[in-house]
Amino acid sequence: MSLRIVVCVKYVPDATGDRRFADDTTTDREGVDGLLSELDEYGVEQALRIAEAHGDAEVTVLTVGPDDAKDALRKALSMGADKAVHVNDEDIHGTDVIGTSAIIAKALEKTGFDLVVCGMASTDGTMGVLPALLAERLGLPQVTLLSEVSLEGTTVKGRRDGDAATEQLEAELPAVISVTDQSGEARYPSFKGIMAAKKKKVDEYDLDDLGIEADEVGLGGSWTAVEAIAARPARTAGTIVKDEGEGGKQLAAYLAEQKFI
Amino acid sequence: MGEILVLVDHADGVVRKPALELLTLARRIGEPSAVVLGAGSAAADIAAKAGEFGAAKVYVADGAEFADQLVVPKVDALTQIAKTAGAAAVLVTSSGEGKEVAARVALRLGSGIITDAVDLEAGDSGPVATQSVFAASFQVKSKVSHGTSVITLKPNSTSPEAAPAAGAVENVTVEFTGKAAKVVARTPRVSSGRPELTEAAIVVSGGRGVGAAEGFGVVEELADSLGAAVGASRAAVDAGWYPHSNQVGQTGKQVSPQLYIAAGISGAIQHRAGMQTSKTIIAINKDEEAPIFELVDYGVVGDLFTVLPQLTAEVKARKG
Repeated sequence: MSLRIVVCVKYVPDATGDRRFADDTTTDREGVDGLLSELDEYGVEQALRIAEAHGDAEVTVLTVGPDDAKDALRKALSMGADKAVHVNDEDIHGTDVIGTSAIIAKALEKTGFDLVVCGMASTDGTMGVLPALLAERLGLPQVTLLSEVSLEGTTVKGRRDGDAATEQLEAELPAVISVTDQSGEARYPSFKGIMAAKKKKVDEYDLDDLGIEADEVGLGGSWTAVEAIAARPARTAGTIVKDEGEGGKQLAAYLAEQKFI
Repeated sequence: MGEILVLVDHADGVVRKPALELLTLARRIGEPSAVVLGAGSAAADIAAKAGEFGAAKVYVADGAEFADQLVVPKVDALTQIAKTAGAAAVLVTSSGEGKEVAARVALRLGSGIITDAVDLEAGDSGPVATQSVFAASFQVKSKVSHGTSVITLKPNSTSPEAAPAAGAVENVTVEFTGKAAKVVARTPRVSSGRPELTEAAIVVSGGRGVGAAEGFGVVEELADSLGAAVGASRAAVDAGWYPHSNQVGQTGKQVSPQLYIAAGISGAIQHRAGMQTSKTIIAINKDEEAPIFELVDYGVVGDLFTVLPQLTAEVKARKG
């Protein structure tokens, strides 16, 4: 049987846009253009490379999100993924990471997989914990935050660059991996890829399909609660000088005045 | 107020500074207990240090599993200790591994999780965490509303303050669950002799304007004169001028030092996400239109190759 790789991706508000919160304290996904989270492109890329090296593999991209999240799936399909799964249900709005991991774990079980690939974090929530939560829920090894990854037979091998050390990791399939932005430049979709993506299959699931009750997810089912949101006060305008030969000395004087030296 | 577990991050047998910050913050919301995992013969010294910073109890567990398997042994230990102690909250340092450990512990405890907090205070119904989001353009206060409060906090969230407590060691035997990736080799990071980037009080970073790997010499010299860590923008790292371990930004380290000096960095959103919460920001850039100047407390429009050496010389002279 061919190797089944599923890549989890997220549709996020463009980080270069004016990101903000909606009135219900959730991320505003209407007011800002969305796109495939840049860090998930690395996940798609590594999934495609593993599939190409393997020879007999199928890459499915999976997302949980509103209607527009289809754009993220199309992007991944145009990069070369074979098919897509879109979990979409009004009741999902406002779900926290614990609930999201429950939804994705069910969707993965329904889709079937040998290897789950994630990016290192989303560019909106930036938590970076979903891969670990999926491993926990699925009872599988997590091989995460990899800057290098390969599949040798049924063994996933990878390099993890931690704060204090670099680790070489190994685990047997099935497994959950996440890859960093150091894992390798993501490919651009070709024109042919973009055209082909339009014909690729996108399966739609709602919560019923996954056997999840509405009250287990959404804002109401969230295990964290926002108490207050405040725009960060704009930094007060600083002093800006033009270097006319004394710039370094002027800076030193400022640092001394601020008691840094 | 209940027992607050602090997972003590350590390296080379020494407590890392963020763990002392967590113990300091834990005292605001309850009675801190430290959890020291896989420290081997250094456990006693680490426990003593935790006691100095307010831990009444120190849970110690050891075993080859902590070094040989990824994340899961720590999850096993921390979950078991949290359940036995009936902990009111669990605090972990916001590192890649710390967040993964915390998330799995939260799930096992049936609890919500908050990551990357920059502040913590006691609230009417449990601890309230402050996060800085969307590249630090918003501050969000939130709490865990279900189960034990599991919260990860970024380094430099507070200044560590000693508050001697008993530091009574309690040895724990952990039931390991397995299902983890194997760590087949570990290469400790070679120390640059400079402070750890996320923990440093002062960070000097270089970007595209540095122009080449050799250009980082002037950045390093300034950093050394100030006792600072060295950072780099994504552009400089992608160009191969400086190691990725020093990258400051959304996909690198997020730093929050007392003083951040950006040299030859334009200030793209990717970089701002990693340094915008710094207390004082200084920039040196040739381009007066560079967006970094919108953030600065003090900026110099000029060539970093003349400004930085002059500043370094001046710092050395003033420090005598």
